[in-house]
Amino acid sequence: MLWTTLILAGLVTFFTRFSMIALLKKDYFSPRVKLVLSYVPSAVFPAIIFPAVFLNSTGQLVFLDNPKVLAAFIAILVGYITESVIATILSGLAVLWLLIFFI
Amino acid sequence: MFVKIKSKIFFLGCKDVIPLLIPVVPFGIIFGVVGIESGLGATITFLMSIIIFAGSSQLAFTQLFTSGATAPVIVSSVAIVNSRHFLYSAVIAQYLTKLKLFWKIILSYFLTDQAFIVSQKYFKQQPKNNLRHYHLLGSGFTLWFIWQLSTITGIVVGEVIPKELNLAFAVPLTFISLIIVDMKKLDHLIVAITSGIFAVIFFNLPLRTYIIVAAAAGILLAYGLTHTKLYRK
Repeated sequence: MLWTTLILAGLVTFFTRFSMIALLKKDYFSPRVKLVLSYVPSAVFPAIIFPAVFLNSTGQLVFLDNPKVLAAFIAILVGYITESVIATILSGLAVLWLLIFFI
Repeated sequence: MFVKIKSKIFFLGCKDVIPLLIPVVPFGIIFGVVGIESGLGATITFLMSIIIFAGSSQLAFTQLFTSGATAPVIVSSVAIVNSRHFLYSAVIAQYLTKLKLFWKIILSYFLTDQAFIVSQKYFKQQPKNNLRHYHLLGSGFTLWFIWQLSTITGIVVGEVIPKELNLAFAVPLTFISLIIVDMKKLDHLIVAITSGIFAVIFFNLPLRTYIIVAAAAGILLAYGLTHTKLYRK
């Protein structure tokens, strides 16, 4: 089951990369399609981010008494200022550890 | 003579992609650690980096798998996350039309965000160079090699790191870091918040389909926004 899923996911990924290289002879996408595709990360990643930050292990919304909310907030702030991938991740983890282990 | 030019272009591709590898290394390590922490096991975690070879999709796969999503949901989520590759593929296609199918398959496998960015730039500068595809081979292979090394490092680290550190939290943090620069644009911010709210509201839909519902809402909204004043060039 896991293996099948993994191989299918691999094939799908390869197909998205291979599709147009196999089919097209020139740059074919309209500017609008390109523009909409440029929004894909902003449209998809929050669907992973929000539940992982705001929901507890049973799927309940927890705003207060949730160290992940503050940790994510600080990470966003640091990321916004530094635009650094590593600084964003490390600051979020540091705040989470600080809240869990010391406060 | 030809061999010399080929290897020169290949190594130029390797060299050009190096600055973009800095965030790839921690990303790969995080994936390795999270793969182990979520119980995928070392073999699956390692092979996923070879079979899928796309960081965001691999993290999404792992996250959904641990939350109990079924195969169709995981595979379609991976497809949505990867849909940006259609764009890369369409842009790169014009430079590879004369190549044999074998080459197209190999280069497609290596077509990652970073390799696309540097090799597309090189292709534009070399309209008449028949050997330019060696650049993409170089950039793609370098990225591939570093990705595998980072994954292995993460797997090793993941085996010894205590679970209390909550390293799975690095998944949302990584995704935040990947979109944070886009969040400075109002239209992207609106799309992101909408998608996030949809994900929380529909989180309890069966089979973890919330990710597809939220992504669809975000993309539809983005499509709508391209018709408005918020659309910027």
